[in-house]
Amino acid sequence: MKSTLAAVLCSGLCLAQNGERLFQGNCALCHGPRGDGGKGTNLAQPRLPRAPDDEALFRVIRQGIPGTEMPGTRHFSDDDIREVISFVRSLGQTTPPKVEGDAAHGAELYRGKGNCAACHTMGGRGGAMGPDLTEIGVRRSPGHIRTSIVDPEAWVPDNFLNYRWYSLIPDNFVQVRLVARGGQRLTGVRINEDPFSIQIRDAGDRVHSFWKTELAELHKDWGKSPMPSYRGVLTPGEIDDLVAYLVTLRGGS
Amino acid sequence: MKLVIFLLAALSLNAQVPYDRIRGADTEPGNWLTYSGNYSSHRFTRLNQITAANVRRLKPAWVYQIKAREKVQTTPLVVDGIMYLTEPPSDVTALDTRTGRPLWSYRRPMPKGVRGCCAQINRGAAILDDMVFLGTFDAHLVALDIKTGLVRWDVTVADYNVGHSITVAPLAVKDKIVVGIAGGEYGVRGFLDAYDAKTGKRAWRFWTVPAAGEPGVETWAGDSYKTGAATTWVTGAYDPEQNLVFWGTGNPGPDWNGEARKGDNLYSDSLLALDADTGQLKWYFQFTPHDVHDWDSTEVPVLAEGVVHGQKRKLVLFANRNAFYYVLDRQSGKFLVGKQFAKQTWAKGLDDSGRPIRIPNTSPTVEGTKVYPSVPGATNWFSPSYSPMANLLYVATRDEGGIYYMGEAEYRPGSQFNAGGFRPIPGEEPTGAIRALKPNSGELAWEFKLHTPPWAGVMSTAGGLVFGGTNEGDFFALDATSGKLLWRFQTGGPITSNPMSYLSGSKQHVAIASGSAVFTFALEEQ
Repeated sequence: MKSTLAAVLCSGLCLAQNGERLFQGNCALCHGPRGDGGKGTNLAQPRLPRAPDDEALFRVIRQGIPGTEMPGTRHFSDDDIREVISFVRSLGQTTPPKVEGDAAHGAELYRGKGNCAACHTMGGRGGAMGPDLTEIGVRRSPGHIRTSIVDPEAWVPDNFLNYRWYSLIPDNFVQVRLVARGGQRLTGVRINEDPFSIQIRDAGDRVHSFWKTELAELHKDWGKSPMPSYRGVLTPGEIDDLVAYLVTLRGGS
Repeated sequence: MKLVIFLLAALSLNAQVPYDRIRGADTEPGNWLTYSGNYSSHRFTRLNQITAANVRRLKPAWVYQIKAREKVQTTPLVVDGIMYLTEPPSDVTALDTRTGRPLWSYRRPMPKGVRGCCAQINRGAAILDDMVFLGTFDAHLVALDIKTGLVRWDVTVADYNVGHSITVAPLAVKDKIVVGIAGGEYGVRGFLDAYDAKTGKRAWRFWTVPAAGEPGVETWAGDSYKTGAATTWVTGAYDPEQNLVFWGTGNPGPDWNGEARKGDNLYSDSLLALDADTGQLKWYFQFTPHDVHDWDSTEVPVLAEGVVHGQKRKLVLFANRNAFYYVLDRQSGKFLVGKQFAKQTWAKGLDDSGRPIRIPNTSPTVEGTKVYPSVPGATNWFSPSYSPMANLLYVATRDEGGIYYMGEAEYRPGSQFNAGGFRPIPGEEPTGAIRALKPNSGELAWEFKLHTPPWAGVMSTAGGLVFGGTNEGDFFALDATSGKLLWRFQTGGPITSNPMSYLSGSKQHVAIASGSAVFTFALEEQ
């Protein structure tokens, strides 16, 4: 039961309160309860690159982002979305987390010792076995990036159900091992699949497409990542430096 | 050939689809006169030009591109060489089936305040006499002139501001248009309506949630019936002999928190048998009493005949979202047979009356409860198909679980009222299948595995085929008796619709909506 005072206060505050409730129920799973990222983009920042204004953010929440794991929210009313927007904007008023480490040294490690570009693209250059890192500083929190470096299998997508059937997203980054009827063996990441065919990318960035009738064996390594852990490969200090560099990758030049 | 074209043109100019033609739809398989092909909802074509022996020669005839972003879930109708296609949100286009060229379009801008749980979609139109009937997303029923697409009448069915919408294909019955309502995630009070086809005047309304003092209201704790939902968003069936309309109802509101609405919550998740003239309830059968998983019983009821428990009977066949297959006596509504047809973990089985025997601790919780099937269920709005030739019921089936969360909900008109949420089970890749069930027992005859849980229905044919579609865009044909894959075509967009078939000229065509387009197929000349 609401007191009169609460009812009066509510006229201003309830927008954000209801927005927070909807956010916790629908968004927090990926974006974190405080919006600071995880599986999903870090929303606790003053400027969201895909949503410079509320109108753009409305579109993102309503329609999702084709080509990513961000689904639309067909079940929200326009008011619901406006309330979520007001909560999301309030998240951006927090201070971004501080990152220890030497970003310039991290950039050297990225190109050199880490050999990250063999599998990851940054600014249009690099391999495609793993996710594009051009905007990784915007899309993921520093903590998430660190975990992905030392324990790459911690955040391998669980499944693709949330978004696949209406956006036709390729099933990227699931490790697949297959044996063709001719004896050819191949390991790579799944690009796409339907009941009749599968497309995979190998470590040399070559794309292979098979009808399933051409395969003797097909294994999907759910939870596995082709990426090795960098624990022991890089020193703790070097990992700090690499994280410091990666959080500076925010798209653009 | 010239003569045939002349005749077709002449016929289409005089397009008239009186009730008797729809009732006799099986005798003119060159046309597709109603959503499910016939009043029994068989989605079976008696056309047999395309067969297991020649289906490999099936090639696209033409493609029509829809200029809308929303999902396309429509089943086109075809009358005398012209296709009537609904497009999202609430448009209709008439197309010449020989060339794929549009003849007219009805375009309806949506007002800003419309809302729906799951996109501004439409599943199809109804045709009666010289009119095309469309339920609109802003909850109107519109009658269009079949020759021009111009509006004959336009009536308000319900207020879209509080969450009503119409996505269902109406059903033309005798001189009336039966139309259902959506909005089960907004705490609306569900109903099924019938309108006089000539005038648009409402003939009857059956409220799917009783009012105070009416029988059934005692199955809702307190005032919870006021936001009981039980909407009617998938087209039902009609039995002319009994003059009964059979129609499924949706989830009770709020979806995932049943605490405030203790009781069976009639007539949610039920099949209703209503008198077609008056809308009076003849019988009902509730599949999921006190549903807390959002398992609408808005699947397509299939009417058939068969011997069950040693007696020849008129039946309703019903593959339910809750993962059980039901056979009901069509005259009494009595439960005859029930059998699980997809993975489920919520019920030990069904008792002798067909009521589920629930497994404890399967309701949504604040922490999340893992249950099979998932919220979209073991099957959903997309159509099953019954082949009287093979005597099999084909069901596009989803094998998928989900984690169900219970939350709080305060009813506010026009806001979502579902009190919880759901998500996929981490680490599980859900799948699906086309399953062929023996109609009298629910026993599995065969299955054809799919990569992901489908959102497309099936159609069986007198050529011995079953057509279906995948989320990944494959349109395919299976052998109706063995389930063997015979043909496939990659359409390039997710298929979330139902196949249908018709004659253009003298040639059998098969049509399916995929992505934002409608594809039609015919056998390539040898």
